[in-house]
Amino acid sequence: METFVQQLINGLTLGSIYALVALGYTMVYGILGLINFAHGEVVMIGALVALAAFKLLAATMLPPVLIALIGFGIAAMVCMALGWSIERIAYRPLRNAPRLAPLITAIGVSLVLQQLAMLFWGRSYHAVPALLPSEAHEILGARINEVQIIIMLAAGMAMTGLIFLVQRSKLGRAMRATAENPQVAALMGVDANKIVALTFVIGSALAALAGVLVSANYGIAHYQMGFLLGLKAFTAAVLGGIGNIGGAVLGGVLLGIIEALGAGYIGDLTGGVFGSNYQDVFAFFVLIGVLVFRPSGLMGEKVSERA
Amino acid sequence: MKTQTLVLSLSAALALLACSKSEPPAPAAAGAPVAQAPLIVKIGHAAPLTGPQAHIGKDTEYGAQLAVDDVNAANIQVGGRTLQLQLIGEDDQADPKQGTIVAQKFVDDKVNVVIGHMNSGTTLPASVTYANAGIPQVSASATNPEYTKHGYKTAFRVMTNDEAQGKVLGEFAAGKLAAKTIAVIDDKTQYGEGIAIEFKKAASASGAKVVAEEHTDDKAVDFAAILTKIKATKPDLIFFGGMDPQAAPLSMQMKKLGIKSILLMGDGGCTADFIKNAGAAAEGQYCSKPGVPVEKMPGGPAFIAKYKAKYNAPIQLYAPYAYDAVMVVVEAIKRAGNADSAAILAELPKTAYKGVTTDIAFDEKGDIKDAAVTLYIAKGGQWEQVDTIGGKPAAPAAASAEPIPAATPSPAAIPAAK
Repeated sequence: METFVQQLINGLTLGSIYALVALGYTMVYGILGLINFAHGEVVMIGALVALAAFKLLAATMLPPVLIALIGFGIAAMVCMALGWSIERIAYRPLRNAPRLAPLITAIGVSLVLQQLAMLFWGRSYHAVPALLPSEAHEILGARINEVQIIIMLAAGMAMTGLIFLVQRSKLGRAMRATAENPQVAALMGVDANKIVALTFVIGSALAALAGVLVSANYGIAHYQMGFLLGLKAFTAAVLGGIGNIGGAVLGGVLLGIIEALGAGYIGDLTGGVFGSNYQDVFAFFVLIGVLVFRPSGLMGEKVSERA
Repeated sequence: MKTQTLVLSLSAALALLACSKSEPPAPAAAGAPVAQAPLIVKIGHAAPLTGPQAHIGKDTEYGAQLAVDDVNAANIQVGGRTLQLQLIGEDDQADPKQGTIVAQKFVDDKVNVVIGHMNSGTTLPASVTYANAGIPQVSASATNPEYTKHGYKTAFRVMTNDEAQGKVLGEFAAGKLAAKTIAVIDDKTQYGEGIAIEFKKAASASGAKVVAEEHTDDKAVDFAAILTKIKATKPDLIFFGGMDPQAAPLSMQMKKLGIKSILLMGDGGCTADFIKNAGAAAEGQYCSKPGVPVEKMPGGPAFIAKYKAKYNAPIQLYAPYAYDAVMVVVEAIKRAGNADSAAILAELPKTAYKGVTTDIAFDEKGDIKDAAVTLYIAKGGQWEQVDTIGGKPAAPAAASAEPIPAATPSPAAIPAAK
């Protein structure tokens, strides 16, 4: 029983991390129909910039939580600027190009960011100081620490905030209008370029948050940390229905739990034929299953192709 | 045009080098009339010189270069001719495909002997090429047991293989650490899985029980799920076959989940980076490395000084082994009286040489005899030597290093667990 609860907590933590990153993918996709493959790299830059800030601030004797907040603030600003530049340089000139073109530039940007980070921060793994409270608590015999709780809360709050922003605010209305038809939205006085840029900026701030929390949770940061994380989060976004904000979180949490339970129980379920090395196979098997029956994801709506 | 100038400047440089090193003016300049031609021996050296492991590859090449310089300066006479070594360093990018290309290039260049390759993944495919061409190959660093198992007469190594290391680790776990129940995690790579298998064999043979076997990969950072599963089996010890980027978060997540088992690792986790990144979670964990620490090698201190003087950098990993690999070949050439590949090949199995790293002699497979493995514990932010198993007793600090009694764990030897 306690093992099961522990696996659920493991899965929820992992899932919340996926969810935070997936939100960035889904926002951009929702508006532009573009898969921003560089998003995982923005997460990585966020983590490494925050780490650099932590190191600079370590001498100031400020309380750790304050250092963490300032570090996050700096990382968020750098990432927002980065997200804005990526959109301006790599995507906007290709706005009306065939769909494959921006996909290729996205992969290109991802590679460039990785290499830049490698030049800047080196190839080795960096230890991330434990600034956030990390006291462990017992629930039903399982352990959960405060960083994990913060991650789950952050994912929940980011989702709620985004849904509120998109559904209730004036900016959100402009976003939805641009998503539906950029030309008509422009005729109605919406500056589509500004809206798209803002989407990237918001998504990148979320990426910075994810980067700080991921590196705090694992205590480690590295110039390649964003790639696999981005791929998994993208999978989560597709599972939940890409373009749908609630779907990104649902998909992320589901993927995390499936992975944890898969790794934990697949061996027992198959009588030891498959071990925990099949946890990814298991996760993608579920994804294929969902997509066969619901091609647009769990919460995705059927939308007709934009003209 | 370009190659011509290169060749010219190279030969000029060589001539300069030779003149400055040996007392009787060695006629190395091409085309110069010579009274008695020196015995030129071409040594191929292959290691990754670009990519993430470039620093380790260059270090290996430096080690070989030091040996070449020493031999050329020593003015050794073989069959009445002065022995002159030429090192041809090639970059195999740690890539098996590139490794075979480099191997073919060495064969075409008619090198007398090859030192390398650095990685097991490149050494294995390249060994086929050298075997077919009859060129002796001495690896300074490839640890995968497969390398010497194919029965190639050309394959040698001066480094402890994973079979020996896994065996020592398994016996250490069941013996000194008195672990009765053991969980094993590997990263599914050739190295990680290989050493985990050898570890399991030895630990089981020594009376420990493997209660869980889990797998991850060499990119993962989240081990919570497999650790939770392992926690339920309450093992005394967790063995990890993999590299430090995974080992560090693994040990941190063990602490987070409240797992009190000892973590034991092979050389992949036995790095300064592991301690740096795992921080407090590194304390009290164990690891092993082939050979003995450089400082404790028979020729260690002198080698460190020589290396520092020439390259002004710390030794990364395999430089002393590469040095010995060249030296043992030279020893075989001296015995044979000539430097043909076939002659070296005939002498190498019979050659014994007191090297920097240890006393080198090969067994019938081409593996080093009496291979040593050193065990370490993380204490106060550093790896501290616990014990050295096997090898020649050259390390004075390993005074307490009695061979571990297999299957008779003494409870008194349990380390103070944190």
